[in-house]
Amino acid sequence: MSILVNSETRVLVQGITGKEGQFHTRQCAEYGTKIVAGVTPGKGGQTMDDIPVFNTVQDARDKTGANASMILVPPPFAADAILEAVDAGIELIVCITEGVPVMDMLKVKSYLATKTCRLIGPNCPGIISPGECKIGIMPGSIHTPGGPVGVVSRSGTLTYEVVHQLTGVGLGQTTCVGIGGDPVNGTGFIDCLTAFNDDPATEAVVMVGEIGGSAEEEAAAWIKANMSKPVVGFIAGLTAPPGRRMGHAGAIVSGGKGTASAKIAAMQEAGLYVCEDLGSLGRLCKEAFS
Amino acid sequence: MKIHEYQAKELFKKYKVPTLENGVATTVQGIEEKAASLGYPVAVKAQIHAGGRGKGGGVKIAKTAKEVTAAAESILGMTLVTKQTGPEGRLVKTVMVEQGVAIKKELYLSIVPDRSTATITLVASQDGGMDIEEVAEKTPERIIKIPISTITGIQGHHLRQLMFGLELEKSVMKEFGSVLKNLYTLFVDYDCSMVEINPLVITEGDRIIALDAKVDIDSNSLFRHPDVVAMHDPNEDDPVEAEAAKFNLNYINLDGNVGNMVNGAGLAMATMDIIKQAGAEPANFLDVGGGADAEMVENGFRLILSDKKVKGILINIFGGILRCDVLAQGVVQAAKKISLSVPVVVRMEGTNVEEGRRILNESGLKLITATDLADAAKKVAEIVA
Repeated sequence: MSILVNSETRVLVQGITGKEGQFHTRQCAEYGTKIVAGVTPGKGGQTMDDIPVFNTVQDARDKTGANASMILVPPPFAADAILEAVDAGIELIVCITEGVPVMDMLKVKSYLATKTCRLIGPNCPGIISPGECKIGIMPGSIHTPGGPVGVVSRSGTLTYEVVHQLTGVGLGQTTCVGIGGDPVNGTGFIDCLTAFNDDPATEAVVMVGEIGGSAEEEAAAWIKANMSKPVVGFIAGLTAPPGRRMGHAGAIVSGGKGTASAKIAAMQEAGLYVCEDLGSLGRLCKEAFS
Repeated sequence: MKIHEYQAKELFKKYKVPTLENGVATTVQGIEEKAASLGYPVAVKAQIHAGGRGKGGGVKIAKTAKEVTAAAESILGMTLVTKQTGPEGRLVKTVMVEQGVAIKKELYLSIVPDRSTATITLVASQDGGMDIEEVAEKTPERIIKIPISTITGIQGHHLRQLMFGLELEKSVMKEFGSVLKNLYTLFVDYDCSMVEINPLVITEGDRIIALDAKVDIDSNSLFRHPDVVAMHDPNEDDPVEAEAAKFNLNYINLDGNVGNMVNGAGLAMATMDIIKQAGAEPANFLDVGGGADAEMVENGFRLILSDKKVKGILINIFGGILRCDVLAQGVVQAAKKISLSVPVVVRMEGTNVEEGRRILNESGLKLITATDLADAAKKVAEIVA
């Protein structure tokens, strides 16, 4: 079992013929993901490794029954690509692209609020249900299928580190979702926590946050009120200086808001198992989840 | 990307947001000439990318030519330290001279995106000219916040809500409303991440004037704003960080002595944290990106070593799709080329890690390998202790 994606998910790739598009499409296909179509305007009718390429998402969906999309297009075109997928009726849209202007995302997010489809990202590693489906750029090999842990994170390589440690202590994963490091994104912590809470195969959750914004505080409050499963929380950026953007567009402490210590305090207050030292995360999970 | 007050006011002018006549100069003589042509009194204002200039002595009112000269001499070339510059301050190279005006009322106005609700929020207060964070903390009821959906854009009711909330006199509402609307349009057109006017004043003659102007533009949007790119002032950049940006590296200089190089921003932050937890202090934040190669590692080494405080380096790489053996070769190649002057602890994990470790061990370089993150932090902390 898993959340959001599984072995039935039919994926199309927007930007499939670009360098990144080709590389990651192959990685996902090798992992076992059902890649059914690609979209590159002007290259309709061609194929990429036997995957049919279409000019529009609508055409690709109509002809192949794709229900999820992975977006690997340059930032100036990302918002348009997301909106195209939304209007074509794609249910799950995963936007990997880093560097999408915030103004574009404000419009996308407002439009999405009127729809039922789900966006993950942008600026994210994607989503993987180990052994079933990988839509994203994470290394498949570090994951262990079969659960029982769900992972949700704002980061990329930090998530790989967490998953690696989970695998190392013998804890497999149901689904790992990278929600992305941008200030305005689609799916948030609470969406994923809700889905993990409802998923019978997920017995525990690891939540990885970082400085900036208040999503972790809101998630902690939600966990306190609703979550029936244990959650281990980790926050990166205790030593980050205020007023500086730490790589991710959303990772900034400004006006005293969004500090790691405030987030950790909120998680402790909500009864999470807080991991203060990344080196011991795997061990802590083993103890907390047994 | 931050721009200077005088540049922000150029944008205001373009969008019919009223400002006072001003001039910009980089010499005392230039300042004197601009002031003379504007007429006295004038405000002499340091142009740096930081707030709190007044308190730090970077803004002076001059009533005569003699006072202008004195103000220009004290501000130009000064190292201005404010709440936002940090203790090292900023060297003032450019000064703006602006007309004086008789003020009736000082207001605060800003526009910012709200990340959780995906709206654009107008923020206003009657307590203009003060530290707005302090106002928000002590008297939150004196701050008005109005969220605007990007789908509808700014509407009449938004303007009315704000203006009645500020208890404005009816006589100024028409002009105030159009200033607000214009400012909102500028915010959207220019992909701003913040526009702040503190104070926005109502003059004795009931004119609305933006006395100050702070504009921050989303760096991710610069591909569609070449005019903003042209406003970039290299004097405001940290030289090492600017060098890093050339190589597509994300580097931030810090106060400690443990240099570190990590792939990915989240993991880089977590690595800084664990260095601190092991009893040492990070000297930098350096994200070499998910697809780091030998050249990037080499440039990363150069940046870290340009900081003379660094006594040890921790490399933490999680090899995902980028394999550890490829990375190890990159590290070895870069280390040989650069002749490392400080000890380097390498912690590597992920795809092909055994092969990667073998390459490091057999390289003949004095690289210290760590088994895991905790071990790596402990080892590097011992080196610099």
